[in-house]
Amino acid sequence: MNRMKPMHFVGAILFTAILGLVLAAGCIARVYAQEAANVGPKPPVVIKPMESHIGNITGHAAAAASDFRRYCAGCHGDYGDSNGENAVWLDPKPRDFTIATFKCRSTPTGTLPTDEDLFNTIGRGLTNSNMPIWNTFTKQQRADLVAYVKIFSPRWEKEKAGEPIKIPAEPAVTMESISHGEALFTKLECWKCHGLHGEGDGPSASTLTDSKDNPIRPYNFAAGKNDSRFKCGNTNQDIYKIFMTGVDGTPMPSFADVIQPNDAWDLVHFLRTLQVSRHGKENEVLSAAHGVIPPYVDKTPAPAAAPTDNKPPGGGN
Amino acid sequence: MKAHYKTVTVMACTLLMLGLSLMYSTPSVSGAATGTVTGTIKLDGTPPHQKPIDMSKEPNCAKEHASNPVTTETVVVGPKGGLKWVVVYISEGLDSGTAGQVPPVKPKWDQKGCQYIPHVMALDVNQHFEVVNSDPHSHNIHPLPKPNGPNHEWNRSQPPGTPPFDQVWAGEEVAIPVKCNIHPWMHGYMAVVKGPTAVSDDNGSYTIKDLPPGNYTVTAWQEVYGSQSQKVTVAPGKPATVDFTYKAK
Repeated sequence: MNRMKPMHFVGAILFTAILGLVLAAGCIARVYAQEAANVGPKPPVVIKPMESHIGNITGHAAAAASDFRRYCAGCHGDYGDSNGENAVWLDPKPRDFTIATFKCRSTPTGTLPTDEDLFNTIGRGLTNSNMPIWNTFTKQQRADLVAYVKIFSPRWEKEKAGEPIKIPAEPAVTMESISHGEALFTKLECWKCHGLHGEGDGPSASTLTDSKDNPIRPYNFAAGKNDSRFKCGNTNQDIYKIFMTGVDGTPMPSFADVIQPNDAWDLVHFLRTLQVSRHGKENEVLSAAHGVIPPYVDKTPAPAAAPTDNKPPGGGN
Repeated sequence: MKAHYKTVTVMACTLLMLGLSLMYSTPSVSGAATGTVTGTIKLDGTPPHQKPIDMSKEPNCAKEHASNPVTTETVVVGPKGGLKWVVVYISEGLDSGTAGQVPPVKPKWDQKGCQYIPHVMALDVNQHFEVVNSDPHSHNIHPLPKPNGPNHEWNRSQPPGTPPFDQVWAGEEVAIPVKCNIHPWMHGYMAVVKGPTAVSDDNGSYTIKDLPPGNYTVTAWQEVYGSQSQKVTVAPGKPATVDFTYKAK
């Protein structure tokens, strides 16, 4: 018989109990130490009396406080600093309202967006991100939220929104327009990031980061079964705005200094053909020509020849 | 009676002239801003390794630097230990006249061979500068000032042959990082400060000119090692020397 002596048995139990207690105490202390960092009253959010003006609707920040806490703070954070509890799981990260840099604007790069720009962003959501379409809100609720977004950065008290860029009337979609658009896509080196076929796979695509150093992908025009959506709206005017204003906070620059207004429309028409499975005027014109875009011939005499050693690898098609 | 009037007129005229000469002499005192602060910035220790830059994604630039490969420029040390690309400026003691003067020159921020030339540029608040693209391909010029400061982030495409962009910064900031997203190795800084400034050269030497005599705090800023300050008294006609030493980390 190999029976344990009673004294040894009690000793083993005591030892196990003490060990258990020590471990438990350690765990509890750890949990409390962790919580101590998070507990304690958080400073209250100071709701400044900001306003927004959407048509004849006036939004008031104070009126949006409960909506923001309920629907927005989970990602954007109570303080609008993009540190909501869900933020760690999100890519791209939620917008940080404390820096007052916005992607979807009608205003020049470096300026604040208009109230309508923010209002439309809330209603439209941001495709390829976790920002949903908030069309369940009334217009008044959205206007109030626009005003609320302004409480987080002092920039809104010091500055006015930029002057929206002027967009001329859209000319007809023709093969000439598409062809010129393609020439611009090559010349302006959109393909360096977006790729020769707009699939977001250009030579610089893999190294892109946003202004907070998070990796970011260039837009893939060809994605989507039927009609891929754009971040800042789906009309031709919205596409015009995107490259003329730039997408601030991201690598996408503004081309307003370098594209003439009418040339910009040609670029819009070409970009539409990169959405290969989209049903639209541009792809109709293209398929009528059996999918071949003829090389662009500049009919206006140029004063000086542009550098020719700047073609993308493998030509522009 | 008449003589009395005469005396009064003469006295009034004298007073007027005295007053005018005093008024005009005030700016000419700060106009006589001939004081200088000069010195050398040294690095104590082994500088961190500067990595070679692979520009193969931009064949034009790779070709341009084929015989003379380019490295990062975060810590550039000359043969005698002098530290290049350090911004030196007056952080305290400037009179409002000197601080408010914006130099009439328009410095150039060039994008050449996929590098920023200069790598570090000192500017005055509201001083116009030109962004130039000398390369046969596009760059996007993307300065990233601190959020909620006086300056704001912008991002502009500059294809080859684009006329220079004329830009200004609205407020002091040391320093604004500048990058090109197409060529992620391109990094530079714009330091925006009021009053006379200098950026150290290949030997780590600098000279701040056009300072009125007085007591100042001179601050040096380096992109990796940060800022340090010293007090100095500038006397007329004799350059004051302020040397700085950074410890290599």
